[in-house]
Amino acid sequence: MEESDILFGIYCPPHPQPLLSPEASEGYAKLRQAYDTCRERIENSDADLIIVYSTTWPSIIGHQIQAHPEPEWVHVDDDFHYLGSMPYKFKMDVDFAECLRDSAKERGLHSRTIAYEGFPIDTGSVVALKLLNPDNRIPACIVSSNMYANRAETIVLGKSIRDALAKQGKKAIAVVVSSLSNRMFTEHIDPTEDRIHSPKDDEWNRKILEFFADGRLEDLSQLSREIHGQIRVQKVVAYKPAWWMAATMGQHNNYHGEVLAYEALHGSGGAVVTLTPSSGSFGDKEFDEDDVEYYHGDRDVLDKGML
Amino acid sequence: MPKGEIVLGCLAPHPPHVVYAENPDQNEPVSEGGWETLRWGYNRLARKLKTIDYDALVIFTPHWQTYIGTHFLGLPEFKSKSVDPVFPNIFRYNYDIKVDVELSEIMREKASEHGIITKMMRNQDFRVDYGTITSCHMLNPDWDKPIVTISSNRNAHYYSAEVMNEQAAALGRACAEAIEESGKKVVLISSHSLSHRHFVTESPLPEDMSREHIYNHSQYVWDMKLVDLMREGKMRELIDILPEFTEQTIAETEAGGLTWMMSAMGFPQYSAEIYGYQSVIGTGNLVAAWDPNAVTREIVL
Repeated sequence: MEESDILFGIYCPPHPQPLLSPEASEGYAKLRQAYDTCRERIENSDADLIIVYSTTWPSIIGHQIQAHPEPEWVHVDDDFHYLGSMPYKFKMDVDFAECLRDSAKERGLHSRTIAYEGFPIDTGSVVALKLLNPDNRIPACIVSSNMYANRAETIVLGKSIRDALAKQGKKAIAVVVSSLSNRMFTEHIDPTEDRIHSPKDDEWNRKILEFFADGRLEDLSQLSREIHGQIRVQKVVAYKPAWWMAATMGQHNNYHGEVLAYEALHGSGGAVVTLTPSSGSFGDKEFDEDDVEYYHGDRDVLDKGML
Repeated sequence: MPKGEIVLGCLAPHPPHVVYAENPDQNEPVSEGGWETLRWGYNRLARKLKTIDYDALVIFTPHWQTYIGTHFLGLPEFKSKSVDPVFPNIFRYNYDIKVDVELSEIMREKASEHGIITKMMRNQDFRVDYGTITSCHMLNPDWDKPIVTISSNRNAHYYSAEVMNEQAAALGRACAEAIEESGKKVVLISSHSLSHRHFVTESPLPEDMSREHIYNHSQYVWDMKLVDLMREGKMRELIDILPEFTEQTIAETEAGGLTWMMSAMGFPQYSAEIYGYQSVIGTGNLVAAWDPNAVTREIVL
């Protein structure tokens, strides 16, 4: 097997409870413990870089990439402000951010780096980086989730990351920050009584985790549209994390998957999962969705159909 | 104590581009202007506000998105820098905002009595959203009045645009009661665009007006339908078709601001004052006002 530039991948939730109130419930503590396990694995890896794709950083103007060398602020979550503030100071790999921007452009994407004092790094990225890389031992790169992007753009974004890693000869950890089911309770709850919002959400979450545990990343990627329809509150056009993760790590099912924790976060599905490239494959399937190498923009289907 | 009242309602879109184009001292980036039709409309409405006696601005913003109820700013002062997460190249604004906490508390209490899930926001590190800052700056660049910011509970995401309409209308009724009880004179601000499909690329010079136009014609036609209903004073009808408008144009009315304001004002049956309409990065933006005082109400455009 060809050695991957991604040493392993992590799927983790964006909510601040594991960072700010892990003691508030047994579930939050388990999630925190899972983050700690991931942190130790990152520390013991030879990674040069942590790449974060956060669903709580929406962009509109193409794909934004954090490129401030040391972004520093005190972040407060819009909903969970009463849990406390999140002061942060991160270390970004600016060279990689710029290389990724160029690589994305080479593949037809509109992308730009962001390097402004006080830029509001999102809750998901702050939680992930503070828990996974608290001492900034490894520099990071955060990419946005374009709210209008669908599969083709997201797949191509992932491939751009592979291009950039190859150009720079770097080894990375890929971190996706996203819930599974993302419907929260619409009222304030006692954290000790937290549970997944509905049995349907729970059932789907467990099915997704079964796929993760089997290392079936590409299968999950192919299921993304179904997952979006079944258990995602329709804030954006699609459920994109599995597309990004598969395109970044490799579009196949050859992974060793490990579900470190699965708990409710105010009703949403919070899971910490790791995927490590391996030689074993879970089946060889023909997939419905096309692979995409270059983003050509809108296909103008309607215009082409006009007489 | 005399009853409080709503002295004006403003539809005040918040593309950060308009603040960028104004070049105030508080904003770091410098522009060559742009979006004059919208800005000049804003400037005129700001002049009208200077002639009105009021105690506070109450703003409903889509950029403080909450999923667990409706939240209210609950500390007297917020001073920090707001950097737009989408357009950081044009909006890095140093703000110093005073909040009417007393009014905010009464509104939260009334909303709670109406069965709405609520929360006061009392974290001093909280960063006030750029929607609040943009709309308030354009309406009151002197920042000489306290504000109350109300978050937008995303009922449209969790349920439907119809549920959003119902919930936002209930919140509007609660806020109107709170204002009456407070004895204060209040200006309401609904901060949002109409149609809300953006271009996903930006010209090298953001204020290059040769590149600015509405995203597509159907967005424009829908926007004009709403403007017509506003001119005709048919706000009940407008709110009734808002779910369809919101869905068809992925409009920022999904946040509930316009419904909240119209409900608080009793669904005005008089003409809105139209100050300007212009697209910003493809979205449809209207500056308009509803003046309950027939003596000062104007036909602006």
